[in-house]
Amino acid sequence: MRESTIMKIHYGTALAAVALVAVHILMRLTMGYAESLEYENVLANYKFVPYAIMLELILVLLAVHGFNGLRVILLELKQGRLYEKAVSYGCLVAMIGLIAYGSRTIIMTNMGMV
Amino acid sequence: MAQVSSISNEKSPTAKSITLKISRFNPEHDESSQFMEFNVKYEKWTTVLEAILDVKQHFDHSVAVRYSCRQATCGSCGMIINGKPRLACFTKISELDSNVVTVEPMNNFPVIRDLAVKFEKLFDSHQKIKPYLIRDDTELVSDEKEFLQTPEEVEQYIQFANCIKCGLCNSACPTMATDSSFVGPQALAQAYRYVADSRDKGKDSRLKIIDDSHGIWRCHFAGSCSQVCPKGVDPAMGIQLLRGYMLGFRS
Repeated sequence: MRESTIMKIHYGTALAAVALVAVHILMRLTMGYAESLEYENVLANYKFVPYAIMLELILVLLAVHGFNGLRVILLELKQGRLYEKAVSYGCLVAMIGLIAYGSRTIIMTNMGMV
Repeated sequence: MAQVSSISNEKSPTAKSITLKISRFNPEHDESSQFMEFNVKYEKWTTVLEAILDVKQHFDHSVAVRYSCRQATCGSCGMIINGKPRLACFTKISELDSNVVTVEPMNNFPVIRDLAVKFEKLFDSHQKIKPYLIRDDTELVSDEKEFLQTPEEVEQYIQFANCIKCGLCNSACPTMATDSSFVGPQALAQAYRYVADSRDKGKDSRLKIIDDSHGIWRCHFAGSCSQVCPKGVDPAMGIQLLRGYMLGFRS
């Protein structure tokens, strides 16, 4: 993928993540902040499908943005063909792994398996 | 290696003196650089380059320094003067406002010896971005054809045409300090210079060249390049405008 396409995704995910995380934080204000973080209320959030979809989106956006940011930092730290390939593929695998693990948590909680 | 020497020949009664600390390093037999100190007399108009040439003339002719035009046109005498990349021929000692003037080779360039650095990478990067007008026709062959431009069109790129390839921007760039493959502010500013030129038709090929994992996207917009340019070029702005083309905000 061309670097400009990657960076467009990088900027886009940052903007979208800011918007969705803002909604996520504002949702904490629908009741008392501490109360909203109680176990039952958190589970209720996960079981509410639109909210679970939003959490999934936040997970994907932050994972894509974060691991691309890490890739950029590591590429600036050291150079070399082999190293750069390892960093790029390593970050991609780590990103997919994190999204898969996070999605598993969201899906299992949504389906009442937790 | 440190030593203190002073020029014995008296200059005019208005002359003051400073300590000139010159970084000495020969990669062939030195492990690290060391400073040599010289007491140099200067007048209000004396430049750092003239002080270095005074040292070469009176104390140590082996001090390696690259220079040519002495009027900030050739871009040969870039060096770190009191911690900041500057042209030695364009920097007066009196304006530094210090009794000690330290000169070192430019950062982010391999040192040949003392103050002289290798420019190969700078020139390679410059060449890579195709620093010439790309188009199929030419004004040299056709009899009555000229590539006319309005003043507004010239205004788009003219400040970037002032680049003298001195390398000070690359020396000040924090990305170049860690990323040895980064194309650098000089080449990126020149890419913008030709992309913004209404006569040029090579925008796509040029943008493709800098759209690399060590290309334009690695600029952090620190702005150091623009601060040190002796010709008033603003590479940081050129890079941002170039990004506008790549993100589709400009066409």
